[in-house]
Amino acid sequence: MGSIKDKTAIMGVGCTRFGELWEKDAEDLIVDAAFEAMDDAGVTPDDIEATWVGNLYDFTGLSGSVAAEPLKLFGKPTTRVENFCASGMDAFRNACFAVASGAYDVVMACGVEKLMDVGGSGLPVDMGHPVMRGASAPAMFALLATRCFHEYGWTREDLARVAVKNHKNGALHPKAHFRRPITLETAANAPMIAWPLGRFDSCGMSDGAAALIITRPEIAKKSKHKHDYAVTKANALAMNSFLPMYRASFDWLGFPATQAAAKQAYAEAGITNPAEEIDLAEVHDCFTITEILNIQDLQFCERGEGAKFVREGHADVDGQVAINPSGGLKCFGHPIGATGCRMLCEVTKQIQGRAEGAQVKNARLGMGHNLGGPGSVSSVTILGLPE
Amino acid sequence: MAKIASFGAYIPLFRLSRQEMANAWGVPAVPGERSVANADEDSLTMAVAAGSDCLAGIDLSTIDGVFFATTTAPYDEKQCAGVIAAALDLRTDINTADFTGSLRAATTALRAAADAVDSGSARSILVVAADCRLGEPESMWEQLLGDGAGAVLIAKQGPATLRGFNSTAGEQVGAWRRSEDRYVRSFEAKAETRYGYLQSAVQAGKTVLDKESVDPGDLAKAVITAGDPRSQGAVAGSLGVDGGKLQDSLFMSVGNPGVPLVLMMLAGALEQAKAGDKLLVINNGDGADAFLVELAEDFAPAAGRKALTGHLLQKRNLPSYTAYASFRKLMKREDIDPRGSAVTYWRDVNIVLRFHGGRCTNCGAVLYPIPRVCEECATKDQIEEIKLAKTGSVYTFTLDHLEAGKYVNVPVPRLVLDLEGGGRVFLSMTDGDPQEVEIGMSAEIVFRCLHEGSSFHNYYWKCRPVPEAIS
Repeated sequence: MGSIKDKTAIMGVGCTRFGELWEKDAEDLIVDAAFEAMDDAGVTPDDIEATWVGNLYDFTGLSGSVAAEPLKLFGKPTTRVENFCASGMDAFRNACFAVASGAYDVVMACGVEKLMDVGGSGLPVDMGHPVMRGASAPAMFALLATRCFHEYGWTREDLARVAVKNHKNGALHPKAHFRRPITLETAANAPMIAWPLGRFDSCGMSDGAAALIITRPEIAKKSKHKHDYAVTKANALAMNSFLPMYRASFDWLGFPATQAAAKQAYAEAGITNPAEEIDLAEVHDCFTITEILNIQDLQFCERGEGAKFVREGHADVDGQVAINPSGGLKCFGHPIGATGCRMLCEVTKQIQGRAEGAQVKNARLGMGHNLGGPGSVSSVTILGLPE
Repeated sequence: MAKIASFGAYIPLFRLSRQEMANAWGVPAVPGERSVANADEDSLTMAVAAGSDCLAGIDLSTIDGVFFATTTAPYDEKQCAGVIAAALDLRTDINTADFTGSLRAATTALRAAADAVDSGSARSILVVAADCRLGEPESMWEQLLGDGAGAVLIAKQGPATLRGFNSTAGEQVGAWRRSEDRYVRSFEAKAETRYGYLQSAVQAGKTVLDKESVDPGDLAKAVITAGDPRSQGAVAGSLGVDGGKLQDSLFMSVGNPGVPLVLMMLAGALEQAKAGDKLLVINNGDGADAFLVELAEDFAPAAGRKALTGHLLQKRNLPSYTAYASFRKLMKREDIDPRGSAVTYWRDVNIVLRFHGGRCTNCGAVLYPIPRVCEECATKDQIEEIKLAKTGSVYTFTLDHLEAGKYVNVPVPRLVLDLEGGGRVFLSMTDGDPQEVEIGMSAEIVFRCLHEGSSFHNYYWKCRPVPEAIS
């Protein structure tokens, strides 16, 4: 099997502020993100040869038009990518393969979601069946927390620590949805959403968009960021059961999709000791329990040690692996289709040393990770500096 | 002659004290308590529960029909007996029918079943009755009514023989509901009791005793349905039946459940009956039906059958009238509108109503819902369809405050259950206290109405903590 390692480069990135953006619609968001990315890359819409756009809900967008219409990308290919919470990162993955194949020189990956226009609290998990239904997103992830409490003796305080850390990071980022530090007591005593997950264990409902301009390294070398462009070290995606709650072999102590995607990514990037080699990771902390499990599933620590990893500060910005220095989904926000692209914008800027929030010192290798559906899909992308 | 091969009953877990109801309105209270069906229960789901109780230990392949009796069918146009038969996982080449329109419908159905068995057109027919009638808020009816279901299995073979069927067609307005009425109506109760109930019931009962040459003194029990204990006593008195032989009318514990009352009382009588006992059954409603039940042998106890006593002993007190009002949707609330699909529902009938799963013949994994390709070993089309158990234990759970995007104060427990004998399912919990859920807790799987998406009743399964009998 071949590899994407060092074959594609990021020319520029753009990201809107995330949050309850009542006055903006999806057109505003994608235009803001895409033009910021193009400005950053020093290209114009005419230079974009093909586009992939991540977007999950049909009520927030429709087909390739999600990006092609607001950006007027007519006469060229645009594809909507929908893969649960990995939609944005999968758009990036598809864009990378197109550039790596040589079919295109400059392409765009972007993502957008406009949740505020829909109303309702919490994302519905519709399994498409009239009676065999999923529950709310918090409920699906709470099933893991309950089982982990039982197996590992973790408590609500262990979850709260993740929230406190991510609020601390998010407070420093000008584009984050929630920008207020919180105390352990606030997080641990918050009202319940789906026991044992409370309000501060859940990411918010946010609007937002993000975009990346992708090319090959030989072109990046002659571009605006010729001295500090990032390259793709790995681009992995793995599926798992959409119906884990019906699967007797699913242990609810982690996500096989993440484990598989991480394994692929580390093999592709040649990483043998993730906790030592990776400087920062934007991981999918849709809920605090998810972040703890991601830390284990991504092999930053042993199974059952995730809560301890956070408790001992290894996930802090100055820790062993800075986990969610942006504030993560928890504080930065989670407009589904945009999230994966937003993470890769963040990782790129961290590697370039121009993070808008907390800067991880000497960041050279960073990861973006998504998980969705609730454990149906996981994508892991590793970005670094050129060889 | 047709026999009773088995019997069963169902009473919803919740009871509401009549004092609590009276307090809510500031009206006098009737003594005792009544049963209250949960918000996700209706006549059809209660019929499934009673039918399942009746069929405990019975070979389902021998059942040739289901007759469902009710005055509160969840559908005006669509048969309920067919849904009940599917949820009970019965054969499809059977006779199903709904009997409705009268409080006497249960014995009308029972007689039709006995005639079918006697004529040889069926080996056995499950007769199941249920009602969930509404009394007008603030009225005495609201306190007097109850919810429940009863069942009997009428067959060629069985411990008890049915004899001497007799019916009277006495036209009295009685209680009624026009098609547009939500609440039970009545005219002048005293006149109805005296000229309607008493005359019909006594005439029917007397004819049976005469025809079968049975001395009232030889009866072991008299199952006489009545809206109140005094009327029941009056019928017994007119027939010369000793008041001590009257089967409890459930007035104090359940209330008057309507159509199923006769089968619930019969189940109560049969639980106690011994070989040689003769029981007189008189059922009332737009005239009366009467017959004799004679036991040639004792009914063997069936594992898993709770019958009447088992259901009376498991209960939870409903804390307030508000809960009752909410369960019966007496207050207009915003509807949540989930999607329904009659096509998906029909195509998945074996998974949804019959609760079948699959077993991979290659790796042995028990799978639900039934996939084409095995989730464990990826073998294609080697899945045999199997019946899943209706009991399991909690593997993990959550208490979910979100229902279709709306925050609800009382969370809905969502349970991942490991089924006895294999398979794992994900069901919402009902009938229980969210705070008592824990990993390892035993749960039983019950048939309930999930939602009204696409304007039909989307029935499926939920689970509840296995109720403990009160001591």
